[in-house]
Amino acid sequence: MRISNPARAGAGSLAVRRVSLSRRVRQSWQLYVLLAPGLVYLVIFKYWPMYGAQIAFRNYNPVDGFVGSPWVGLKNFHRFVTSYQFSRLLENTLTVNTLGLIFAFPVPIVLALIVNQLTGERFKKFAQTVLYAPSFISVVVVVGMIYLLFGPRSGLVNQVITLSGHTPIFFMGSPGWFRPLFIGSDIWQNAGFSMIVYLAALTAIDPSLHEAAKVDGANKFQRVWHIELPGILPVITILFILAIGNVFNLGFEKVYLMQTDLNLPTSEVINTYVYKIGLQNAQFSYSAAIGLFNSVLNLVLLLTFNQVARKANQSSLW
Amino acid sequence: MADPTFTGVSIGILLLAIGAVIYPLYFIIIASISDPNQIQLGHVWVLPKGITLDGYRALFSNDAIVHGFANSLLYTGLGTLISVSIILTSGYALSRRDMPGRRLFMILFVVTMFFDGGMISRYLVVKQLGMLNTIWAVVLPGAVGVWNLIIARTFFEHNVPGELREAAQLDGSDDFRFFLRIALPMTKPLIVLMAMTQIVAYWNSYFDAMIYLNNESMYPLQLVMRNILIQSQATGSMDSGSIDSYAAAQRLSELLKYSMIVVSTAPILAVFPFLQKYFVKGAALGALK
Repeated sequence: MRISNPARAGAGSLAVRRVSLSRRVRQSWQLYVLLAPGLVYLVIFKYWPMYGAQIAFRNYNPVDGFVGSPWVGLKNFHRFVTSYQFSRLLENTLTVNTLGLIFAFPVPIVLALIVNQLTGERFKKFAQTVLYAPSFISVVVVVGMIYLLFGPRSGLVNQVITLSGHTPIFFMGSPGWFRPLFIGSDIWQNAGFSMIVYLAALTAIDPSLHEAAKVDGANKFQRVWHIELPGILPVITILFILAIGNVFNLGFEKVYLMQTDLNLPTSEVINTYVYKIGLQNAQFSYSAAIGLFNSVLNLVLLLTFNQVARKANQSSLW
Repeated sequence: MADPTFTGVSIGILLLAIGAVIYPLYFIIIASISDPNQIQLGHVWVLPKGITLDGYRALFSNDAIVHGFANSLLYTGLGTLISVSIILTSGYALSRRDMPGRRLFMILFVVTMFFDGGMISRYLVVKQLGMLNTIWAVVLPGAVGVWNLIIARTFFEHNVPGELREAAQLDGSDDFRFFLRIALPMTKPLIVLMAMTQIVAYWNSYFDAMIYLNNESMYPLQLVMRNILIQSQATGSMDSGSIDSYAAAQRLSELLKYSMIVVSTAPILAVFPFLQKYFVKGAALGALK
């Protein structure tokens, strides 16, 4: 916006603050125009669905829409919580994600600490590039690779098993193998990406700390343990809270791809069930209620851990 | 732990990790040009055996795949254009501390990171908008990631000095002109980063297309691949066919799967090392905020 009196511009933000609000709004109209497409998107694709989530408390029919459909209160939630699916879905969802967190979360931290030690610039770059690359591969391809490499007949893994004199395993058809394959492939695909974030945080550590520790006779391991790990703890905390916040949502598009009729006892999670009930069977209100149940649990978990982190005087999201 | 031991163990772990990432990808490549019988016999480990290009031939003569490829190019192109435009304009506006209501708008965006209306009501909204079975259903619902918006806002805040804007204002430049002529050219790395992120995201996504499209001629490549790679196997059993033609079809379908993975993934993996510095910068910015 053009400032009418050039002399006042020199006074900077103080002068701007004195101008009345309506004047400032009018002056900023071009900024609002720039913001408009984003706001329109937000209203249509985020807040309208949020408003529509009330069908969880209604018996939705397309004619009466989000607001007109008859109100049924908590009936849909009650039906889900008392259904025979409930405990299995909750258990599967929690198990795969908790195990995922336990096994997958530390890997990028260890990798980042190791890569950060490397002195050869070219090897360092090479290691980063290679480990980072799988995060650019689509889930469809990753799951396709699992089907191929762990396939019953010509799969690479079963060949090794056969060669070593054991009977081949039908990986994709066994409920017991779903979680290891899901979590293992998740580490394979995503550890490199998180590693890059930790590496960025490691570069911010003051080198003089290392020098001082060296003078005190600390060896490499002690320096990693006492300087670098605490140095990136804030980033670790934030990524951990974010991961917790995703416990109920993480990778269900991949879970869906990895589902076979045979591994459903462990691979059916809340979100894949929502998709099947809602969009394949058109039980909109019931599935919306399950989805909402999922989101609320998720949010509670996120808020709890954020609070815990703040109490522990670590960094938190807010 | 003594230093040499520590270094040795570290390098050992790292080499193991690098091998675990590279070998499966390498195996897919050599399997895509090897005779499937040789693979089944366990003869293909390091080098391709019985080299054949049948898989690639079958790939390029498969209409569904060729269509899917073209559809994906279209969705990715249009989606990236829309998405990056919205992220840059909104990100810039939100970076301006002098815009009244900035905090409120920011909160409106951030809230959606932690709570969303869910798959079902989003589907019903897209349906009410009449977007089912149109390109818009694939392109629009996921266009703006709030995380990307925050990165864009932070980038503008750090790289476009306020004094520059004040100087430009004195010269009579308004916000539109300043954004287009000065702010955007100063943030080229951000534009590249956002474009790359969106290209990868659109190219790799299948779920929205699966939900919103039911006309097979509109399927993007990932959905076509899912049908060939996964659905045809999910019901597969352990026993092998005895009829010759079945075996031949089986052989071709295996080859097709390997070569399909190579063709759909190679373009992105080939350019990515050159763009890595932008992604690293993005990750650093993400860590910052």
